[in-house]
Amino acid sequence: MTPVLEIKNLSKKYESLEAVQDISFSIAPGEIVGLLGPNGAGKTTTISMLLGVLEPTSGQIKILGQDLAHHRSEIMTKVNFAAVYAHLPGNMTVWQNLYIFGLLYGVSDLKNKIQAIAHTLNIEKFIKMKCGLLSSGENTRVTLAKALLNSPSLLLLDEPTASLDPSSAHLIREQIVAYSKTKNTAVLWTSHNMQEVESVCSRVLFVSRGKILLEGDPKILPHEHNKQSLEELFIAVAREPLTFETQ
Amino acid sequence: MSWKRIWAIVLRQYYLIHKNATRLVNIFLWLIFDIIVWGFTTRFLNQAGQANFNFIPVLLGAIILWGFLIRVQQGVILPFLEDMWSGNFLNLFASPIKNREYILGLFGTSITTSAVVFTVAIALASSAFGYNLLTVGLPLLLLLLVLFLFGLALGIITISLILRFGPSAEWFAWIMPFLFSPISGVFYPIATLPHWLQIASKINPLSYVFEGLREVTIQGIFSPNPLIIGAILALIYLVGAYLIFAHTFKVVVKKGLLARFSAE
Repeated sequence: MTPVLEIKNLSKKYESLEAVQDISFSIAPGEIVGLLGPNGAGKTTTISMLLGVLEPTSGQIKILGQDLAHHRSEIMTKVNFAAVYAHLPGNMTVWQNLYIFGLLYGVSDLKNKIQAIAHTLNIEKFIKMKCGLLSSGENTRVTLAKALLNSPSLLLLDEPTASLDPSSAHLIREQIVAYSKTKNTAVLWTSHNMQEVESVCSRVLFVSRGKILLEGDPKILPHEHNKQSLEELFIAVAREPLTFETQ
Repeated sequence: MSWKRIWAIVLRQYYLIHKNATRLVNIFLWLIFDIIVWGFTTRFLNQAGQANFNFIPVLLGAIILWGFLIRVQQGVILPFLEDMWSGNFLNLFASPIKNREYILGLFGTSITTSAVVFTVAIALASSAFGYNLLTVGLPLLLLLLVLFLFGLALGIITISLILRFGPSAEWFAWIMPFLFSPISGVFYPIATLPHWLQIASKINPLSYVFEGLREVTIQGIFSPNPLIIGAILALIYLVGAYLIFAHTFKVVVKKGLLARFSAE
């Protein structure tokens, strides 16, 4: 199956700091892949490069078979993202924000699409409210609505449930997983919640100091490295990355 | 090129201004107060000068055109600043929008707001001080064209500077047109300037506009050639400004400044 996302030897260097070092991976349609690692590991840098807002120092990103460096605008109509640090402008209503981003992503039948997504994500009751007046959990759902508006083939989620209560987080997880299955959407998901990752991801990539150290099934990977859980493995990778680098 | 994306930028600004008195007032207030203050000042000068020279068309006409220039420039930068203030750069530039679509969207907001403000300014000057700038006639279109092209250029240069140097460079937004005012001859003829500043004013499109306005209002004649030079210069500045923006955007993407904009 042709991968939705294909990264080859991707690196990003800021003067002396190598934020991302020669990483390669791919994601198939309908696959949910977790990108895990401690703060500063290079996860957000990788996502920024995938969104085309950060130029790689070297390497290649192909999305749906097209080179991002040369077809950014065209590719981005099939990609979207939601991140805990990128809420929609608080000075416009939810509906206005979704309408503007719908236009930017070239969504057809936009008004009906907004209604359908608002219903799915249960944001109808505050759709006429300004985003700045919403709780962080409500804002997260609105950001997710923006991310699903163009029915993306590739969805990038940077800690999408970080500001949600357990119940809302559970609901959002279920909706994203269901969405990915029905639409065959490839998802790259970063999170610090290992239980969440274990429940939604079919594969995880452990990143530390800009390198992918481990890759595999989140249910099997801990045992392969003599750890009881994914969280224990995460802590070990975060604290002793060199141990895993040599493996 | 997607007209939907260009329209999105214009519509977004409409959503922000619509039903928001603070933003709406900000668009009109400066020019209205300038017209009132300069209207009374010129009236006083006319009385003090015992009507040997009518200051109203020269000074009030100049203040309206100067206000128009500032409005055009701010019509470009305000939507950009709204994105900056609301932390929307990542969402915006991670969307499929292209540089030229974004810039054309900003032009759209600038055209709309400056046209409305200009109409209000004309009406106010006419009703309050009996001065109708439209009596300048067809040359006014050429004067406005030069101001419009140069105002857009100043707007793009301003946003390029803010994009490159971050929120701490926001003050460029408010000062940019004034950097050119000493050699623009807004209120005095270029001949008043020292020789070296007169030379500098030759590459400033604004100097042709305000010299042209004085020529029409004082002497009642209009020489199109200097204004055509002004228009060509303004167009060159506009193209140059876009190239600067495109280059700045590349640098910003290379350095990753969009993702950590607030740190600059």
